[in-house]
Amino acid sequence: MIEQTQKASSPRARKKMLPVGHYRGLGGWTVFFFVFLYLPIVVLIFYSFNANRMVMNWGGFGFDWYLKAFQNEDIQKAVWNSLIVATIATIFATAIATIGALVLARGGNFRGKTISLGLITLPLMVPEIVTAVAVLIFFSAIGLKLGLGNVIIAHITFCIPFAFMPIRARLEGMDTSLEQAARDLYASEWETFRYITVPLLMPGIVAGAMLSFVISMDDFIITLMVGGAGSTTLPVYIYSMIRRGLTPEINAVSTLLLLVSIAIVTAYWVVSRKSEADTVH
Amino acid sequence: MSNWLPQSAAGKRWLGLAPSYFVIGIFMLVPMIIMAVFSFLEPNPYGGVKPVGSLAAYVKLFFEYDLEDNLVFNPGYINIIFRSFQLSFGATLLCLVFGFPVAYYITLQPENRRNFYIYLVTIPFWTNLLIRTFAWIIILGRGGVIETPLLAAGIIDDSLRMMYTDGAIAIGLTYSYLPLMVLPIYASLEKLDFRLLEAASDLYANRLEVMTKVVIPLCKPGIIAGCILVFIPCLGAFIAPNLLGGGKKLMLGSLVQFQFASARNWPFGAALSMLLLSAVVIMLIFYARAAKKRAAMEGD
Repeated sequence: MIEQTQKASSPRARKKMLPVGHYRGLGGWTVFFFVFLYLPIVVLIFYSFNANRMVMNWGGFGFDWYLKAFQNEDIQKAVWNSLIVATIATIFATAIATIGALVLARGGNFRGKTISLGLITLPLMVPEIVTAVAVLIFFSAIGLKLGLGNVIIAHITFCIPFAFMPIRARLEGMDTSLEQAARDLYASEWETFRYITVPLLMPGIVAGAMLSFVISMDDFIITLMVGGAGSTTLPVYIYSMIRRGLTPEINAVSTLLLLVSIAIVTAYWVVSRKSEADTVH
Repeated sequence: MSNWLPQSAAGKRWLGLAPSYFVIGIFMLVPMIIMAVFSFLEPNPYGGVKPVGSLAAYVKLFFEYDLEDNLVFNPGYINIIFRSFQLSFGATLLCLVFGFPVAYYITLQPENRRNFYIYLVTIPFWTNLLIRTFAWIIILGRGGVIETPLLAAGIIDDSLRMMYTDGAIAIGLTYSYLPLMVLPIYASLEKLDFRLLEAASDLYANRLEVMTKVVIPLCKPGIIAGCILVFIPCLGAFIAPNLLGGGKKLMLGSLVQFQFASARNWPFGAALSMLLLSAVVIMLIFYARAAKKRAAMEGD
């Protein structure tokens, strides 16, 4: 009897116990949110193993389209272009962002600091299509026809803020006492920078480079507008595949690109968490 | 205050910033100025411009020439622009309604789990948008993931025709930029002092009042930032309207691209870009002023 009454009253008791600031259904809502967020990714990967010629008609499980994608020379060329663009853009953008971040984080307050910050983050604020149009018009106005070079220049430009942010965050969380100690011990300014600042800053630089690389690899609109024939990158090629007809080959290539991005961002996450953990305060 | 750069060396400072100024200045700022100039020139029929000043591109936004060469009002482009704002507004609202409770839920979690949730929210953001939007074709399309089981179960007996609708574009936009709503809201909720909620509760505020009178006002900066971060890319979106709207349901972004890829009317494309850019600038100014006002109030 006693047990029964306890059982009957316990749900109501728990309802009263719900602490302030907690709301019913939040957990379920969050689950729904993540299903929505990941469903397309799961569907995309699942259908890449479709053996049928049409994406949406399931024709059994198979790796046929991965094989076909690997043998497709246009895809190989596009992957190659993507890697060249992303690598060069990452190197330049990271170098430019690093010295910019050093000045802005360590240079104290100076006239033009806000404007400089605004300029560096400008590519984040302007809609991508506007950047694409402006750069396209600019290249045609000055008659610059470097093929892949044009694409690389555009990528360096919009990768700078992505490289800049983690580097600046790292610099701001860094203690300057080690650098002071080095200077007190007669290290030259260059030696201090080379042997103290750069190693301490490295996790930030690596994180910034990873983000640039991912952003460059994934860019579609700017490359589509700026790149001419012969400078097709992987996303632009995937777009042309979608326009031609939906085959699981698109899914196979997309899955590979997706996994590369997820791998790099996961590595970034691990690096930045570690960097957070061993920042000296 | 010690720096590896001596305070006096303003020269060194500018040397460090020079590469950023050079690249972003030459390849972003100057192009935008040239784009502004181009919007006031006459189009060359084969792409590019003629060096003749003209307001034709801006006139084209509202008017067209009829068969007798008279200017008549043409609502076509205005409708597309209006639709872009409407769809962007709808998608922003959906992101807010969908994203806010999630950001709040994550804040309630213990710290290590919070970081993992944020990682899960950011992953899709860093993966290719084109690919993720393509996946929605497989989900929404004729014979796709949603329709097939419903057809098989006999719940529907014809295609739902979800693709190539405004609804499909809205879903695509919401999906594309959802993380941009959750992250800033989470960032401002994270700083929330939960003792304030208990204080409100002790003062007889009910659950709803705790939310609407304490939590939401305190994380308003995050909500506003999230809305702006979602609204801006929605307005210039190209991929979602192109793939899910089938290229027939145009939005501002796809209309701009069309002017360069097919219509070969560069000044008109530049004028449309200027319109898009001014909408963004107005929003950012509004945001900066709101932030300044808030900073001033907190300073008192």
